[in-house]
Amino acid sequence: MRAIMCGVPHAGDLSLDPLDAAAIQSAVDAAIAAINAADTLDQLKEARLAHTSDRSALTQANRAIKDVPKERKPEAGQNVGKARAAIVRAIALRQETLEARRASEVLVAEKVDVTLPTQRQTLGARHPLQTLMERIADIFTSLGWDIAEGPEVEAEWFNFDALNFGPDHPARAMQDTFYVAPVGSNLVLRTHTSPVQARTLLERGVPVYIAVLGKTFRTDELDATHTPVFHQLEGLAIDKGLTMAHLRGTLDHLAEQMFGPGIDTRLRPSFFPFTEPSGEMDLRCFVCRGAEAACRTCGGTGWIEWGGCGMVDPNVLIATGIDPEVYQGFAFGMGIERTAMFRHGITDMRDMVEGDIRFSLHYGTEN
Amino acid sequence: MPLIPLPWLSDHVDLGGRTGEEVAAALVRVGLEEEAIHTSGARGPVVVGQVLSMSPETHKNGKTIEWCQVDVGPVHGVVVDDGGPPVGPRGVVCGAHNFTPGDKVVVALAGSVLPGDFAITARKTYGHISDGMICSERELGLGEDHDGIIVLSRMGLDGPVGSDALALLGLDEETVEVNVTPDRGYCFSVRGVAREFSHSTGAAFADPALVSTPPPTSGGFLIEVDDDGPIRGQIGCDRFVARIVRGCRAYGPSPRWMQRRLTQAGMRPISLGVDVTNYVMLELGQPIHAYDLDQVCAPIVVRRARAGEHLVTLDDVDRALDPEDLLICDSPDGERAGRVLGMAGVMGGASSEVTATTSDLLVEAAHFDPVSVARTSRRHRLSSESAKRFERGVDPELPSKAAQRVVDLLIEHGGGVCDAEVTDFDVRTPVSGIEFDPGLANRVVGVDYAPARVREVLVEIGCSVETGASTWTVHPPSWRPDLTRGIDLVEEVARIAGYDEIGSVVARGSRGSGLTGEQRMRRAACLALAHYGLVEVLSYPFVSLGVFDALGLSGEDPRRDALVLANPLDSTAPLMRTEILQTLLEVARRNVGRGFGDFGIFEVGQITSPGSRPAAGVPGVAARPTDAELSALHAAVPHQPVHAAGVLVGERTPASVHGPGRQADWADAVEAVRAIVRVIHGTVEARPVARAPWHPGRCAELVLRIGGVGEPTVIGWAGELHPAVVTAFALPERAAAFEVNLDAVLAAGGDVLAHAPFSTHPVAKEDLALVVPAGVPAAAVAAAVRAGAGEFAESVEVFDVYAGDQIGEGMKSVAVALRMRAHDRTLSAADVAAARARAITEAERAVGAVLRS
Repeated sequence: MRAIMCGVPHAGDLSLDPLDAAAIQSAVDAAIAAINAADTLDQLKEARLAHTSDRSALTQANRAIKDVPKERKPEAGQNVGKARAAIVRAIALRQETLEARRASEVLVAEKVDVTLPTQRQTLGARHPLQTLMERIADIFTSLGWDIAEGPEVEAEWFNFDALNFGPDHPARAMQDTFYVAPVGSNLVLRTHTSPVQARTLLERGVPVYIAVLGKTFRTDELDATHTPVFHQLEGLAIDKGLTMAHLRGTLDHLAEQMFGPGIDTRLRPSFFPFTEPSGEMDLRCFVCRGAEAACRTCGGTGWIEWGGCGMVDPNVLIATGIDPEVYQGFAFGMGIERTAMFRHGITDMRDMVEGDIRFSLHYGTEN
Repeated sequence: MPLIPLPWLSDHVDLGGRTGEEVAAALVRVGLEEEAIHTSGARGPVVVGQVLSMSPETHKNGKTIEWCQVDVGPVHGVVVDDGGPPVGPRGVVCGAHNFTPGDKVVVALAGSVLPGDFAITARKTYGHISDGMICSERELGLGEDHDGIIVLSRMGLDGPVGSDALALLGLDEETVEVNVTPDRGYCFSVRGVAREFSHSTGAAFADPALVSTPPPTSGGFLIEVDDDGPIRGQIGCDRFVARIVRGCRAYGPSPRWMQRRLTQAGMRPISLGVDVTNYVMLELGQPIHAYDLDQVCAPIVVRRARAGEHLVTLDDVDRALDPEDLLICDSPDGERAGRVLGMAGVMGGASSEVTATTSDLLVEAAHFDPVSVARTSRRHRLSSESAKRFERGVDPELPSKAAQRVVDLLIEHGGGVCDAEVTDFDVRTPVSGIEFDPGLANRVVGVDYAPARVREVLVEIGCSVETGASTWTVHPPSWRPDLTRGIDLVEEVARIAGYDEIGSVVARGSRGSGLTGEQRMRRAACLALAHYGLVEVLSYPFVSLGVFDALGLSGEDPRRDALVLANPLDSTAPLMRTEILQTLLEVARRNVGRGFGDFGIFEVGQITSPGSRPAAGVPGVAARPTDAELSALHAAVPHQPVHAAGVLVGERTPASVHGPGRQADWADAVEAVRAIVRVIHGTVEARPVARAPWHPGRCAELVLRIGGVGEPTVIGWAGELHPAVVTAFALPERAAAFEVNLDAVLAAGGDVLAHAPFSTHPVAKEDLALVVPAGVPAAAVAAAVRAGAGEFAESVEVFDVYAGDQIGEGMKSVAVALRMRAHDRTLSAADVAAARARAITEAERAVGAVLRS
């Protein structure tokens, strides 16, 4: 304001002659200086009022054009017009600068503490056994297998008889079965996912490539390594020309997908009523890699049991109406809990089955 | 499972100095899984010591101890001079007195550990530093004897002073416990395991069953088999060998080495008569019974039980016999088969046992039908060493050989003579050979075995093979009743040749179609609930009858109709859940109990609705069941839909720097269901309903509609839990829950969704405040507004509900935001006004609404 008050003609000075180009220029200079000196939008507004209001020198000069001799009116008009345009330009320019500055100052003032907690809704999660089963399902669908399902309360015929467990077979008594009352209902809680083999063979026929992921039951008391309710992966492939090499190859592939490349597996003879030849798939102990005689995880053997498998017994194919002279294939069953325990280093089965929210939350929605 | 002491095993197969672990590893290769390696548990310096002097000292407690100086040799002796070799005797306090100076004894020195993890240290006792312990048999796990300490000479043992007593006593020996699969009954013996070790390693095998036996004679103890109830046509006993030994000290102890082996194999030594039968059973796999000849009356008859018969078995249990039980009977007082001696192949009775006075014995070695033994064993919940073997199949060639072995051992260690007569009842039917295509092994295993190799393996496992042009006839060995088909021989070829030879090829399906629609949608539903802020948990499906009361179910509620387990783990929870909330609320309670007050959980799983169903049939397995049999089977299996349920407790939005928290409530539960239903592009209509376990005024019955068309289906319920239920499960107040039949939801989805065109013309917005009676559901007001606004209505949202002085008693104001848009033009002011007027009119007509002024 001081710059406007002194050294330049005051806005109230009415002596500005529209024909006096030098005087007009000096009024313009004074106005631009004042505009550019404005440090805030308020100061700019004052400057604008001072140099463009009715009472300003240039407005007065503009008004005075009417008193100029007619032949010089164009000259006077040009002088004043140019001057006013220059001032309007300067104001606009300054306005833009000051507005930009104010906008950035607002952003600075609006700064928040981004380290504050941001979670406003309780978190959800999937159960890792479920996501593990989904992951395994994806591995098999990517091999061109389908995912089959079946009931948990199951007819004994599907759970045992169709799978070559004769009524007096010792393996039938070894399964620690939950029976449904009354005696003679011939229903059980399925002791394995294998009844889905029989169901699938009856429903879909052959060739068939299916994996089953589901809940199974045995009368084991809950402790660190046993649970009466657990989950299994079942695989069944029946086609022409499938051999034990396909069985091993498929399980090797699954092991690598589950536990990473380089996982060492071992196939050894075993017995199951519904497979012949039968085998057991072992994994190299994750903890000691076979180097520790006192290893608690593998008991010093260097190997951990993963699951049973074998070539589907011809009796199973016969009971489901498939010609074992034409078709053959393999089946396998793995414990999901065991797989999860190996993958994640879980040492107590109870953590998985008690429903403590911390167990699931640790894994989020993927594992 | 069988325990195989290595020294015993090495009697019959060359172990080549292998350790227990190495032996176990070799057995695993051929299918005998390692269960454990057992040792005596004694380790460290346990040495032979010689008592130099002993002086009895009676102490204040009245006990007299011996203060002994024991020479334990140069290595273990006391250091007498600094820098000199340790030569002095050690001072040991001993409570026993059954020894004299000069006796050699077993001294556990400081640093040793005795069975039961009993660590020995030098300790001060009875006024002396006892520098170790002189051991009794019991302390070393050698037997029950604890009356005095071991004096080696009395055991017939000797060793240099200071030498390792563990080795001298066999306490350094390892015992391998293997897991025998049900098809390999013959491996319940040292003989079978030795054979398998030989198969695995090629080591020389000496069959302990190769004993020469006298031919059967007449005139021996009379044995008869009267089986009037063979199971599935199979006679209960097809062989019965009886031998008589007279004048034998069967009541005396068996030799130490035998006792030692029996102990290592997990059996308790009793007397020579009993121990020899057990020893031969463990060695050969043939269960044997020895009777006191004076106590049995000929003939012995094998028959099925009669109705009402009882037997007190050796375990002192009085058992009611079943007519299917096969019995060994004798004939006292002239009554043929009048007295029950035992359940054949399972357990004997007390009446005819070998006792402290027995010197004449009748040795029984028989072959019983595995099914008959298994059924009796299961029926009476009575598992015995004998039953374990018979139900898995015992070599029917063994009875004569095992009986001979028993006779030999009895006479060798107890004296006496055997009768010349040999009873051998034998009605075995010959086993026919297997027609075997030698190429089958290659086709099934995928390994290119040469025919010569196939033959070699079969011969190695004991088969006789008649090779032919295309098929062979293979006669399996007598100990392999499991080998009945070509495929069984294939397993033997693969097993003995080694599974390591099998290649690795991934099996790819050619017609896979990925997950089914329902499988994908189920995943999406679970993920939607997780993203909605709920934690997935799993719970056991077992519930008690009481849970229905805790949930407030009425007496007639169909959810009380639950499947009952015949043998539940917990007898108080024998039912299968009929809704997931029945078990999920328990999980909520557990989490609250563990200190969590603000969370949501959900579970997706099957529930069981048993309904009334016929019992499941058991079709045969010789061919595919008929369609009628199959549909009957399917009909007998209970309906088991997959449900999704959730429980929300405490704050849904936690109090934080951003503001106060917000309690989870009924609406959060309803919205969780909507999150599921959005997966199938459906919409859910909520209807007020009173239903347990929910608050009667805060429960919504959820009705599914797809695209506003189709039959509305009730898919579940959601709302705030009944306060009594909240209390019963110790949950925070106002907990909310939902239960949905996920199968029903997913069944409605899956169709390819048609595109829904949308208008790009401007929207017109009208807010209406409509006053209605307080009982009118907000959804009804919104529905009327939508209906009235007609085709232009794009959305109708209730955004406020107000009741208070300005509205009037019994009334409420429902504020509705109506968005309108035409598909083909910009709506005019007149269009909008007309639609608004129609909406108000319809609301008035439908629900008695008045526009709030």
